[in-house]
Amino acid sequence: MRRTLILAAALLAAVAACGAPSSGGGTSALKIMAPAAPGGGWDTTSRTAEQAFKSADPNLKVEVYNVPGAGGTIGLTQLVGEKGNGNLLMTMGLVMVGAIEQNKSQVTLAETTPIAKLTEEYEIVVVPANSPFQTLQDLATAWKTDPAKVAVAGGSAGGTDHILAGLMAKAAGVDPKLVNYIAHSGGGEALNSLLGGKVAIGISGIGEFAEHVKSGKLRALGVSSPDRLESIDAPTLKEGGLDVELANWRGFVAPGGLDDAAKQSLTDLVTKMHDSAAWKDAVAKNGWIDVFQTGQPFADYLNSESARVKGIIAEMGLVS
Amino acid sequence: MDSLQLLLDGFATAFTPVNLLYALVGVTLGTLVGVLPGIGPAMTVALLLPITFNVPPASAFIMFAGIYYGGMYGGSTTSILLNTPGESSSMITALEGNKMARRGRAAQALATAAIGSFVAGTIATALLVVAAPLVVDFAISFGPEDYFALAILAFTAVSSVLSRSVVRGLASLGIGLVIGLIGIDQQTGQARLTLGIPQLLDGIDVVVVAVGLFALGEVLYVASRLRHGHPEVIPVGRAFMGRSDWARSWKPWLRGTALGFPFGALPGGGAEIPTFLSYSVEKRLAKGREFGEGAIEGVAGPEAANNASAAGTLVPLLTLGLPTSATAAILLAAFQQYGLQPGPQLFDHNPALVWGMIASLFVGNAMLLVLNLPLAPVWARVLHIPRPYLYAGILLFAALGVYALNASWVDLVVLYLLGLIGFAMRRFGLPLAPAVIGLILGPMAEIQLRRALAIGAGDATVLVTSPIAAILLTLSALILAAPLVRRILSRRKREALRT
Repeated sequence: MRRTLILAAALLAAVAACGAPSSGGGTSALKIMAPAAPGGGWDTTSRTAEQAFKSADPNLKVEVYNVPGAGGTIGLTQLVGEKGNGNLLMTMGLVMVGAIEQNKSQVTLAETTPIAKLTEEYEIVVVPANSPFQTLQDLATAWKTDPAKVAVAGGSAGGTDHILAGLMAKAAGVDPKLVNYIAHSGGGEALNSLLGGKVAIGISGIGEFAEHVKSGKLRALGVSSPDRLESIDAPTLKEGGLDVELANWRGFVAPGGLDDAAKQSLTDLVTKMHDSAAWKDAVAKNGWIDVFQTGQPFADYLNSESARVKGIIAEMGLVS
Repeated sequence: MDSLQLLLDGFATAFTPVNLLYALVGVTLGTLVGVLPGIGPAMTVALLLPITFNVPPASAFIMFAGIYYGGMYGGSTTSILLNTPGESSSMITALEGNKMARRGRAAQALATAAIGSFVAGTIATALLVVAAPLVVDFAISFGPEDYFALAILAFTAVSSVLSRSVVRGLASLGIGLVIGLIGIDQQTGQARLTLGIPQLLDGIDVVVVAVGLFALGEVLYVASRLRHGHPEVIPVGRAFMGRSDWARSWKPWLRGTALGFPFGALPGGGAEIPTFLSYSVEKRLAKGREFGEGAIEGVAGPEAANNASAAGTLVPLLTLGLPTSATAAILLAAFQQYGLQPGPQLFDHNPALVWGMIASLFVGNAMLLVLNLPLAPVWARVLHIPRPYLYAGILLFAALGVYALNASWVDLVVLYLLGLIGFAMRRFGLPLAPAVIGLILGPMAEIQLRRALAIGAGDATVLVTSPIAAILLTLSALILAAPLVRRILSRRKREALRT
């Protein structure tokens, strides 16, 4: 039993040291909530930012903790409950906007204080190498003829990939409700369906498929960015005749009820973090696109994205 | 020849003192997190990722691989001793393993698990070296209709573990299927059976169910009977495996390896299904002898299977960049953190890293054996702790592990509710295994069936036109028909004798 206790104590210590929520923290301690399990995009962004915050100001205490669940809406609920707390940031992004609609969340982003948009990643539309589709027009034609025959592989229902599928269908003149979307638990699983030739097209973040496009196992039909990207040889969706742009963006929000001074000091802190060399390095390393934006412009962006996502999710019949 | 040279270079990488130390840290940490329910290798690697940023990639991966293998082994210890599986892949081990422990054969159960894991891990790693490209082509050819057929096969194969009473077995299976339905439906994004509680939207974690039904249910049951007569005295037994234990173990080890490796490589296979299949294969081959009372075959086979599947998982990860388990997905993220993209080019561009990691798997495996074999008799003495203390400890352990999973109090409430269900199931003689099997196989069968039908645009014939699916479904039909045919044949024989 003593062995067991020692073991448990050691593990507890290990877990605590690795960033589980703890009650400590003076006035200068900043907490960053990653509303997802360790390992995902929000978690990576949070932990990268933690390092950059520390490099920008060595005296600053920063702590990341995870609140996983329900597309981030569990974390959002907790954040909203921290009204007036000026030492807390939550990493969030497009997926959360969709999850709020889909899960009929009791709280929304209107009850938070938008701080900054940090990064964007674009989506890529691919087909297996032996697919009859050579261009987006081939896809659009097949889609119009019989949407059920075009099986689309992507990530979770209502996520970025699904939203892009809906927007593309709409642009091609197909009812978004009729998209035959096959949800997978991640880019890897979707990749398997594509390589095995089980589905017609696949949609995911560029990073998930890029290597296989380069090796020739997949062919890129288009990317969801406004302009062509250096990292991959593919036309934009717009060039291909589908007037759609979509970025999987990520940023920070703080609890609601902050006065202007608290809001300003958080914004300054994040700006300093963004200007650090550590952040710039990490952005390049992860293949993110730096789209730093604070204050009113970010608040407006958040509103317009909410409206757009709400619209397409309703059109796809994803809200019961 | 070329690969052999590269593998030898890999051993040179793995055998540097620093990397040996990383491997040791990895397997030790892995064993520890495997023991604690809730914290698994995936979470451990994820939390270590930011810390290892400044460690050279080869060393970091050597450590991560150690954690992965160690976790697969550590889960079995609590399964066997306390009927408390630390990981979902060691649940089946609890069935026979805990019975063995109660008969005073805990040390043998732990030893067959340790040696079986070593044998399976070593053979599977060797297969990883030679057979990776072949296995990958096979794994990719699996479509949703094939996975559905596979789930059907698994359901039929494990029907033998349902219980002696079919009704009770089906009732337990039903409980598992219902728990599996809770959460957001993956295909449509709609919530099912969540009672408006947002924390239930992601479903109930398999680990919470396993710990609730097995561990908590056990604690409550023991507590309720504590004052009923004298507690049974657990005999001490011999410390090491005898000749007959070896004779009965080596075949299940090999069969478990053969099942586990290909399933690990399948993107939808996972570590649980091969353990179910291995258990039912061993039970059938043993013709029921001792099964249900602590048969060593029922520990040796599944333990080999779950370790072999861990090596199998590395095949699609390294050759295609395709993660097939939660831990593999985190390992993929780790590769990307170092600016490496696993896939066809990885073997050409970073041979030192890949072969160093493969070599370290062999080293880690040997370390695990050395670490765990002498500990088996020591661990076995845990059972001599007075039961009130022991079970209070389990209670604490279980709650701690489950809370660590998501730091959510809702999980704790769910855990205690499941504990009550587990208690009731024990009280009324419902077997636990079918509930867990339903929980794991049910959602898989559902999602793959719906995917297959959606891709086929509603045409149900897609389910049988794929050759793999056709073979698997035929096998299931044969398993179902076999007892019937046997009965008819024996009746004919009797009639023939009478005339």
